[in-house]
Amino acid sequence: MNWLAEIIKHSPALIVAVPLLGAFLTPLVGMINEKVRNIFALVMISITGFFIALLASDVYANGPRIYVFGAQNLALPVVRILFEVDSLSIFMAIVTFILAFVALVYSWSFMKENDGLDKYYTLVLLLVTSTLGMELTGDIFNFFVFLEISCISSCALIAFWVHKGEALEAAFKYIVISSIGALFVLFAIGIFYAQYNALNIATLANVIQFTFLDKIALVLLVVVLGMKAGLVPMHMWLPDSYGQAPPSVTIVIIGATQASLYGVFRMCFTLYSGAFKNVVISESTIGLIIIMLAILTILIGVLMALIQTDFRRLIGFVAVAEIGYIFLTIGVGLVTLHDPNMITVGKTAMNGGIFHIINDCLDIGLLFLSAGAIYYATKETSLNEMGGLARNMKYTTIFFLIGLLAVSGIPPMNGFASKLLIYQSTYQLNPIISIVAILASIMLLAIFVKVFYSAFLGPKISKFENVKEVPKSMLIGMGVFACIIIFFGLFPNIVIHHLVEPAVNVLMNNAQYISAVLGGV
Amino acid sequence: MIYNIPFIAVVAMIFIGLYAVVFRRNLIKMVIGITIIECGVNLFLITLGYREGGVAPIYTSLPEGTQYPSEMVLPVPQALTLTSIVIGVAVLALMLSLVMHIYKQYGTLDVRKIRRLKE
Amino acid sequence: MLSLESLLETLKTGNGFWNPVVWVVATAIIFLLIYILRGFGKKDYKKETGQTQAFLSGNPEYEKELMHVKSSNVYWGFTETLKSVYDVLKKMHNGNASDYVLWFLIIMAVVFIFMGLI
Repeated sequence: MNWLAEIIKHSPALIVAVPLLGAFLTPLVGMINEKVRNIFALVMISITGFFIALLASDVYANGPRIYVFGAQNLALPVVRILFEVDSLSIFMAIVTFILAFVALVYSWSFMKENDGLDKYYTLVLLLVTSTLGMELTGDIFNFFVFLEISCISSCALIAFWVHKGEALEAAFKYIVISSIGALFVLFAIGIFYAQYNALNIATLANVIQFTFLDKIALVLLVVVLGMKAGLVPMHMWLPDSYGQAPPSVTIVIIGATQASLYGVFRMCFTLYSGAFKNVVISESTIGLIIIMLAILTILIGVLMALIQTDFRRLIGFVAVAEIGYIFLTIGVGLVTLHDPNMITVGKTAMNGGIFHIINDCLDIGLLFLSAGAIYYATKETSLNEMGGLARNMKYTTIFFLIGLLAVSGIPPMNGFASKLLIYQSTYQLNPIISIVAILASIMLLAIFVKVFYSAFLGPKISKFENVKEVPKSMLIGMGVFACIIIFFGLFPNIVIHHLVEPAVNVLMNNAQYISAVLGGV
Repeated sequence: MIYNIPFIAVVAMIFIGLYAVVFRRNLIKMVIGITIIECGVNLFLITLGYREGGVAPIYTSLPEGTQYPSEMVLPVPQALTLTSIVIGVAVLALMLSLVMHIYKQYGTLDVRKIRRLKE
Repeated sequence: MLSLESLLETLKTGNGFWNPVVWVVATAIIFLLIYILRGFGKKDYKKETGQTQAFLSGNPEYEKELMHVKSSNVYWGFTETLKSVYDVLKKMHNGNASDYVLWFLIIMAVVFIFMGLI
């Protein structure tokens, strides 16, 4: 099995390299035939998935894996770029792979009637590359580079329907705010380099002192990455762009958003937790700020979703609210990080948060895909114009119903398991937080009952008489999501035990991360 | 004091850029503002690269009597800045092409009038 | 790797627990009971008479197409009650790209202040 070990050794690089190669080969392959091009993109993603699976089995068995680019025997870890793959990174990579794969399957028939699909597939693969790069890299400047690549490619994807003014507007807003944010990240990176002459996350985490400048860098990183993930009140770009991007790629953009969220986890827990040990007050301060912003995120996301009339924009606001739940767990985790009495609470919260990342992707993704299916079938986006679609689109209705129940945390769907963990842990910190969280969850149900009622139920509407069920590839895409949701819902313990807990352990104990890099280099 | 001038310039450029993005109405001027912020951050990185008494890390043209490699300066900030400039050009091009298309669709460059997506 | 026991394990959440399989079985039993109870109901109503029509406080029943409530009217009462909140929220989401950046800067400044840096 020597070749297998060799493949696993090189797979951190291959995971990023394969979709990147695929991205730039797609236009060439597209010259042959459209079908061949679609198959090519799918094959490229599947190969990436194969490497991710191999690496995952290895990482979960043997701990973090380092991949060094460039000189092997140089005594300076500072100047080399290295990939550091631990159970959290690989968890996020799995999430990204699922989203990208389903997006490509779904795109097959959804985007059939569009022009310029070569560029579309190039951009999707590029976005996947950058998301995976952000998740696997162990170098903070490399993180910035991938952040910018994801910013550029998702902006181009949001503006893909270039004949629509709204899409351009959303793309412009997105690129303005995210390029400014990325520049602030670069500024924080400059601060790190000025103080410690290092750009490697592990090296930095080892020596970080929590000086005045480090505090500035922490605030810059948390605020910018929070903005990229959609923290209220910096979330306004998110419903705009989710609502205007082609629904088939919205789920890939969700993946990129979650990568920013991963950045928050990484920066707070891996990079700074050593520094927090000395200054307990600051750590709870940043934790409390994140908790407050998270509560605001949940409430405003839900309240705004209630009054939306555009289907996809509504789901965008719900996505904002869901992000709030994950931020809540980050806050709880930070507040309880060095408090020995509360550490189990923090751990439960983080379990819920990491589990909620994948649940959020699946649930919101499924809703976006069914919204896209309705758009495909009826060319209608306003909820006020819809009605009675359940008569013509049976499968879409069932998938939407599954997504609805999952996103609003109704047992036995997967959303309930992760939200239960969040409710329980936040209740022990402060009951009010969990009351707000539960209330928002109930309102989510109310919102989707409204959507379900007005889009799918009700009497026949004459203009929708000839609406047909969407093509098979779209149904397969939604079906994959629905199956995973039901599986995760019925057996949450397996997911938490095998995927989530290792990731949380990595976050709670950054010494493992540091020794993996500094000891192994 | 003299060594702080670049840092003052960095902060000034970032704030000028932010002013342009927040208070200017013309989309092109907003884009210019973002470019100014980017230049400020690049200047910050370049300033960090200066080490007193160091020499440029070029093996073939080291001055006589330099201690190798302790006196050579790591070229990391320069590499970072070059990368950042390249990324900046890509973002700038994308933003300007978006502005062009927006002008075609909306017939205006006033940011207050480009808000069909609200509430 | 995955044994049957691990499929049926209960998720512990610190203070509580959650087992979806048990929940599903319990729900299925409850639905079965409801279905059986429903079977005891009256079956001798008269079709095509007033007994099967919807009762709308004595008003005449419209055509089905006219009865569909549009989505923006579904939670009319809720949004009307929270009108003051929604006015603020709508003003906040004004769709102006400059304001997006402004919010970003405001939050950054607030966090700086809380961290004691300004």
